[in-house]
Amino acid sequence: MVAAVAFDDVSCAFGPLLAVDRVSLDVHEGEFFTLLGPSGSGKTTCLRMVGGFQFPTRGRVLIHGVDAARRAPYERDVNTVFQDYALFPHMNVRDNIAYGLMVRGVDKAERYRRTDEMLELVHLPGSGARRPAELSGGQRQRVALARALINRPRVLLLDEPLGALDLKLRESMQVELKALQRQVGITFIFVTHDQQEALSMSDRVCVFDRGRVEQIGTPEEIYDRPATRFVAGFVGAGNLLEGAQARRIAGVDGAVMLRAERIRIAKRDAGAGGVPGVVKEVEYLGAFIRYIVDVGDGVELLVNAARRDFARGAEVTLSWPDAACHRIA
Amino acid sequence: MSAALARSLSSALYHRRRLTLALLLGLPLFWLGVVYCGSLLSLLANSFFGMDPFTGMVKREFTLQNFVDLAAPANLDVILRTVAMATAVTLGCAAIGFPIAYYMARYTRGWVRAAFYLGVMLPLWSSYLVRVYAWKLLLAKEGVVNWVFAESGLSWILNALLSIPVIGGPSLSISTLGTFIVFVYIWLPFMILPIQAALERVPQSLIEASADLGARDAATFRKVIFPLALPGIVAGSIFTFSLTLGDYIIPGIIGDSSLFLGQVVFLQQGTAGNVPLAAAFTVVPIAVMAVYLAIAKRMGAFDAL
Repeated sequence: MVAAVAFDDVSCAFGPLLAVDRVSLDVHEGEFFTLLGPSGSGKTTCLRMVGGFQFPTRGRVLIHGVDAARRAPYERDVNTVFQDYALFPHMNVRDNIAYGLMVRGVDKAERYRRTDEMLELVHLPGSGARRPAELSGGQRQRVALARALINRPRVLLLDEPLGALDLKLRESMQVELKALQRQVGITFIFVTHDQQEALSMSDRVCVFDRGRVEQIGTPEEIYDRPATRFVAGFVGAGNLLEGAQARRIAGVDGAVMLRAERIRIAKRDAGAGGVPGVVKEVEYLGAFIRYIVDVGDGVELLVNAARRDFARGAEVTLSWPDAACHRIA
Repeated sequence: MSAALARSLSSALYHRRRLTLALLLGLPLFWLGVVYCGSLLSLLANSFFGMDPFTGMVKREFTLQNFVDLAAPANLDVILRTVAMATAVTLGCAAIGFPIAYYMARYTRGWVRAAFYLGVMLPLWSSYLVRVYAWKLLLAKEGVVNWVFAESGLSWILNALLSIPVIGGPSLSISTLGTFIVFVYIWLPFMILPIQAALERVPQSLIEASADLGARDAATFRKVIFPLALPGIVAGSIFTFSLTLGDYIIPGIIGDSSLFLGQVVFLQQGTAGNVPLAAAFTVVPIAVMAVYLAIAKRMGAFDAL
């Protein structure tokens, strides 16, 4: 099957700055694909190259197998939800949503019929006459989605669309977006710097750092088997052990990643095995307790536990199944 | 002692927001309300008074005679000529100013933009009279404009323009066309700056969103950029339109000797001493502007504000 979007050895430079550095990746048809990375990692530049707002300085971007080369945004079968929503302030909600149909010359009756359908889809029925300035952040978000979807694109690009929303709203929009994607059945390419968001919504995640692809995989693969030190550090709470520390603590050569929630913490007991340590800090995080445990030689391990059994200064023993140690090349 | 006094005073002011506001705003509000609007109202009131033909004194009795006089053919002629000129000057300024403002707002940054600002505003720093008289020389029959046309063998174009009735004349400096050129030159900065300010506030993402949704550049311009620039164009046109309506120097120096509104106000008030009729003439630009703004609002020029 032809990939919905493919990057073939793509670079993009802004003067001396290489924003995207030889990226190759395939986005499958109908998939929820997330570009995850810190700010300035090149993820947004990649999205803009799919939308046609930026052009690669090297390599090819293919949309459904066709080289998008120097095609303008209006010649591409993709639509974008912008980070600031980019709603037209001089038009009401209905004209904003119908904009794509209007510039394509669809007649008024058809335009308004489909606009009402879209308003229904994004749970904003009857808001057509309102102005963007009168809407809340979440509502603007929905209008931006409806406006991008009304053209029935084969690929929808979303540039940190939930970034401006507060936590509760963001969480409910995550669920809604995922449901919407299943409903319309088109490819979503989603950009975010929020690893939680990436893991919870995506079919596959591509992690970026400094313009390069660090790893592409399902959320489980990214979380359980990070390919690089960067991914191990960026996604989830983990402990990265290297060299002598890895040998001493985990008993393996090379770099090892150990998730905080895989470590068991128990009272120090002379007879039992495990790694001895001293509790240095206890953080209450609601759903769980996080201990920072000093295991000697200046190494501190993060440990997540269900209960607050130990206080600062308690002497404890840490243990974990061998399978919990993930080796990083 | 004085530090303590200052402290207690500042604390007293901090807790009396209204008093602070009144102290800060009092004088400027007095200036705007009494000196600005008050004198304008007294002027308007004068337009309803008459004048004693024998003594030349203003008679404080209500009359509409001044407005009846406005409708006399000679006066109506002046009003129509001035409104037509102001409209033409506004369109001319918009046609020249918009592309410059657009380029400044969307394609310049740093020192290039500073150079543009300077280029637009520099003429305003020199005397208005000097510039108008300079144009008189440039546009004269022996002037550089005529010379350029002659040397390039294009005199026939200039002659054709000057032979058009109403706007033409013996030379540019004594034709209505010349008056128009100088008006456009003098008021251009007042059109460029507000348009530039309006365009600068249009986020790049709106233009990208329009293209993303399938609009070609021309459609994006028509449906997004132009409507959002419209408040700036209207603001600029208020300047160029009203400045042209009220100006009495440029038509006196450049053009044929037909009168404009400002000149008539000057004559009625200065030479004839008929303040009530002069005041009635002043009502005309105010009424024209009010009608213009009402139309602009109706057409949605302020929707983006």
